[in-house]
Amino acid sequence: MAEVPVDPLRIIGRFGPHLSSMTGMRLSTSVEPERLVKTHCCFCGQQCGIQLKVRDNQVIGFEPWEDFPFNRGMLCPKGVKRYLQGSHPDRLTTALRRDSSAEAGFSPIAYEQAIARVAAEISRIQTACGSGAVGVLGGASLTTEKTYLLGKFARVCLKTPFIDYNGRLCMVSAGAANKKAFGIDRTTNPWSDMVGTDVIWIAGSNVAECSPITTNYIWQARELGAKIIIQDPRITPAARTCDLYLPVKPGRDAALFAGVLQIMIERDWLDHAFIAEHTSGFEQVAEYCRQWTLARTADVTGVPQRAISQAAEWWGTARTSFLFHARGIEHHSNGVQNSLGTINLVLASGRIGKPKSGYGTIVGQANGQGGREHGQKCDQLPGWRDISNPEHRRYIAGVWGIDERELPGPGVDAYEMFRKIDAGEIKGLISICFNPKVSLPDNTFVTRCLEKLEFYAAIDFFLNDTAWHADIVLPGSLHEEDEGTVTQVEGRIIKINKAVECPGDAREDWRIIQDIAKALGRPSGFTFTEPREIFEELRIASKGGVADYSGVTYEKVTRQLGVFWPCYSEDPRTGESVEDHPGTPRLFEPGSYNPVAKGNGRFYFPDGRARFNVAEYRPPVDDASDEYPIYLTTGRVVSQFLSGTQTRRIGPLVRQYAEPRIEMHPRLAAKLGIADGDWTTAETRRGTITLRAQVVTTIRPDTIFIPYHWAGRKSANQLTVAAQDPISKIPQYKVCGCRVGKADAPPEYAAVLEPQQ
Amino acid sequence: MAKPDYLHFFIDPNRCIGCQACVQACTECDTHRGESMIHLEYVNRQESVQTVPVVCMHCEQPTCAEVCPADAIKRTGDGVVQSARKPRCIACGNCVVACPFGVPELYEDRKIMMKCDMCYDRSSVGKKPMCATVCPSQALFFGTREQIAQLRPLSAPVNTFQFGNQTITTQVHVMVPRQIAARAPILDVVSAMDEQPRNRAVTLKVVADSDPYAGVEV
Repeated sequence: MAEVPVDPLRIIGRFGPHLSSMTGMRLSTSVEPERLVKTHCCFCGQQCGIQLKVRDNQVIGFEPWEDFPFNRGMLCPKGVKRYLQGSHPDRLTTALRRDSSAEAGFSPIAYEQAIARVAAEISRIQTACGSGAVGVLGGASLTTEKTYLLGKFARVCLKTPFIDYNGRLCMVSAGAANKKAFGIDRTTNPWSDMVGTDVIWIAGSNVAECSPITTNYIWQARELGAKIIIQDPRITPAARTCDLYLPVKPGRDAALFAGVLQIMIERDWLDHAFIAEHTSGFEQVAEYCRQWTLARTADVTGVPQRAISQAAEWWGTARTSFLFHARGIEHHSNGVQNSLGTINLVLASGRIGKPKSGYGTIVGQANGQGGREHGQKCDQLPGWRDISNPEHRRYIAGVWGIDERELPGPGVDAYEMFRKIDAGEIKGLISICFNPKVSLPDNTFVTRCLEKLEFYAAIDFFLNDTAWHADIVLPGSLHEEDEGTVTQVEGRIIKINKAVECPGDAREDWRIIQDIAKALGRPSGFTFTEPREIFEELRIASKGGVADYSGVTYEKVTRQLGVFWPCYSEDPRTGESVEDHPGTPRLFEPGSYNPVAKGNGRFYFPDGRARFNVAEYRPPVDDASDEYPIYLTTGRVVSQFLSGTQTRRIGPLVRQYAEPRIEMHPRLAAKLGIADGDWTTAETRRGTITLRAQVVTTIRPDTIFIPYHWAGRKSANQLTVAAQDPISKIPQYKVCGCRVGKADAPPEYAAVLEPQQ
Repeated sequence: MAKPDYLHFFIDPNRCIGCQACVQACTECDTHRGESMIHLEYVNRQESVQTVPVVCMHCEQPTCAEVCPADAIKRTGDGVVQSARKPRCIACGNCVVACPFGVPELYEDRKIMMKCDMCYDRSSVGKKPMCATVCPSQALFFGTREQIAQLRPLSAPVNTFQFGNQTITTQVHVMVPRQIAARAPILDVVSAMDEQPRNRAVTLKVVADSDPYAGVEV
C-alpha cells in the first residue's frame, strides 16, 4: 500500500518545502570563491550559460558567463537564484523508508539496505506478475546520459516495456508533428538567425515568462524591422508591445491556422516552386482549408476578422520569417493538429532552411530536446530510433549485447501507465525527475493510483509530493553535483559541469540506477564509471539514427561552446570516417544531404520531401458549456518552474510570486461579484480550487488562468482534464470548461500552510 | 579605478518584461549581498503588464546630495553617485523625499541610506553592472553609444528631464522612440504625469486602440 504514511502536515514540517535564503558565505561580502565553474542553468530549455561560485563544496553564488553565445550573460530570476537549491535544509542526504510510526512518516535507512530492498521488491513483483508489472518514469530535466541509461535500464535490466517520461507533458505534440512533416524533430535554426527576419509569429508561447532570454532575440529582430505576431488568450509581457496580437479563444488554434492558410491560398501568397519541388500533400490541405472562410474562422477562434487578415497578409507577403510555438497550442487533445497547422503555414511560404527563415518549437525543460531522443520515451530507442522498427531494434540490441528478441516492444504513455496501475497491471514503480502528483492532469486520479502501488521507489534530491507515497526514497543528485550533456532549445548539445560533490549518502543518479541493476543480479551493461563512458556508448547507439551524436565529444562541445546535432563520425554520403564534423546548426538548407533522403531532397524522408498534413480543427474535450461556461487555461509564472520541487524551495523566488491566483478579466469579475484579492473558487468536473482572484484586463473575459506550480489544494491540476491527443498523448492542460464564484470562506489550507507549501 | 567614460547605461522600459531578474541579481552584488538597490514596478497591473525597472539615474547635480544636511552623498569623478557615507549619514531621509526619480532608500535598521551605485565594484573595472548583464530583454543595457545606436535604430537616448522648474541631466539614459526624441529632446516628466492616461497600455495596431476583447461575451 502506498498511501501517504502520516498527516501531510507532518511530512511538510520535516521535508518542506521550506525556503532557502542567503546566509553565511552566501551573504558575506568578503568571502571569495575558490573557483568558478562554467555550466548551465538547471531549469528551462534555453540552458543559459552561467558560472557557479564554489567554496568549501558549496555553491555560494553566481557570476554571469558572458562568453556563452546563446545568452551572453543574460539570466532570468530563476537562473540568478538557482544556486540556492544547494545546501538546502530540505535536501535528502540519506535514503528513506516509509515508516508510519515516525513523526514525519519516513525514517533514514542505510543506502545499501535501501538498494537491496528496491531490488528485492522488484524481483518479487516481477517473479509473481511478470516483467511488465514494474514501470519506470523518467524526466526531461535529466542529462542525456541519464535518460539513455534509464531507457537501457528499463529494457535490458528490468525487461519491461513500461517506461515513459515527463516530456509526455511537454514536447510530444511538437515532436509528433515534426516527425510527420519533416521526418526529424528539431528546431531548424539557431536563435541568432531570427535577428534580421521580416516576421516572427509566436503561437501559444509566453516567451517573456517561460523562455525569457528569447525575448531579447525577438526585440532585436524588431529593432531591425521584424513584425511580431503573438497568438495567446492573454496579453503576456511580450504581447504587450507586439505588432499584432491575436486574442485566440483557448483550443481554437488549428482553426486559426487553417483560416490564415485559406487567405494565403485565395490571395496566392504561396511559394509554388517550393511546394512543387520540396513537399507533398498540399492539395489535400488546400481542400480542407476551403471550409475555413474568414467569417467562420473569426467566429470559431474569437479573433477579429481584420486581425486574421492582417496576420495572413504579413505572413503571406514576408520575404523571411520565423514561426515558433510552445505549450499554448501543444497542450491540447488536438495538439498535434495544432502543431501541423503551423508547419503548413511555414511550408506554404517556402521559408525554411535559410539563414533568416525557419521554424521552431520552444522546449520547456532543461533537456526537453535531448531527453526526447535517446530512449526514455515508450516507443523509442536511442538516436531517435523506433522501438517497433526491426532494423532499429537489431542495431540497438547489438550495441547493448542482447538478443533482439529479448528487447521489449513499445510501452504506453505516462498517463496510460497510471491507468495500468489503476487496473492492477503495473504494481511496482521507479521514478526519477518526475512529480506526477502535481504535474499530471486530474491529479486526484493520479493520487488514487499511487495509493494502489505495491511498491514505489523514488529517486530525488528533495522529497517531492509524489515521493510522499514512496516505500523507499533514494537520494539523488542536484544538477551541479554531476556532469553530462543536455541538448537545448536550438538543438545545441552543451556540457553540464560538476561544481560540488553530493552531500551525505546522496549520489549521482546514474550510480543509483546501476546499483539497482547490480543488486538485481543483472549488472551487465551497467558498469559505467563516469558519465563520459555513458556518452561514448550513446555516441555509438545514436550512430546512423536521425539524432546522430556519433561525432560529438565532450571536448568538441567545450571547444565549440556547443554542437548542433546531427554531428557525424562518418560522412553519411560516403561512409568515410570524419573526425571534425562541426555539427548542423541549420536544417534543410538547399543542397543539404541527410541519411534518410540520401540525396533525394532536404527533408528526412526517402523522397526528400516535407509533408503537408491536413491539420484538422476539433473542439476541445470538456469544452465550455452551459454547466461549465468559462474556459480554464493553465501555465507558468517567470519565478517558478514545473511542479516547483526546486523553485518552491528558493526563498527569493517564492517571494516574487508566492501563491497561485486566479487571473480574470474585470468584466467577468463584475458579473460574478468578485473583487481583486477575493477568495474565489473555480470548479470543473474533476474538482475545485480556492485561490485569491487577480483582476486584470490582460486576459480574455471568457477565460481564467491559473499557474500550475503548486501542490495539494493549490494545484491547478486538480481541475484539468486527462483528455489526451490521440497521436502524441499529450494532456489537454490548456483548456477545459469551468465555473467560478466567490468563495464563502477562506480555504482551510490558508491557516496552516506557508505560501509555497 | 573609474568607470570608463565610453561606457553608458541605457534603460528602455518598452522592452521590459517584468521578470525581476535585475532586482534578483542586484541582491547578488558583492558590496551589498542580500539587498537590492533597485526596484521594478508595475505601472498599473490591472490595466497592463507594463513594468518599469528603476535604477539610480546618476544625476550630474544630484538632488539627493544637494539636500543632504550631512554632506554624506558623493559623486565620483566619473559621474557615479554613491550610497551615503556611513560616518556622515544621519538617516534623516531628506534624500529619499527629494529624489525626483524615487531611488534612495533608508535602511532604518542600519541608520543609513543606500542606493544603486551602478555596481561601482564592477563598472569601475570595465564590467557591466549586474542588472544590465542579466536583463533577459536588455531593457537595461550597458555599453557604448556606438553599440546602442547600432542595436536600437528605433529609439534614441535621452538624459535630460524636466520636473517643474528643475532641469536634471543624468548619466543614465532612457531610450525614447526616435520621433518623440527628435521632437522633445527634454522629457517633461511632470506634464507627462498630467496627460490623460490611456485606458490600455497595449496599442493594438490592427484592432485600433479598442479593447482587443471587446467582442467577447461573458
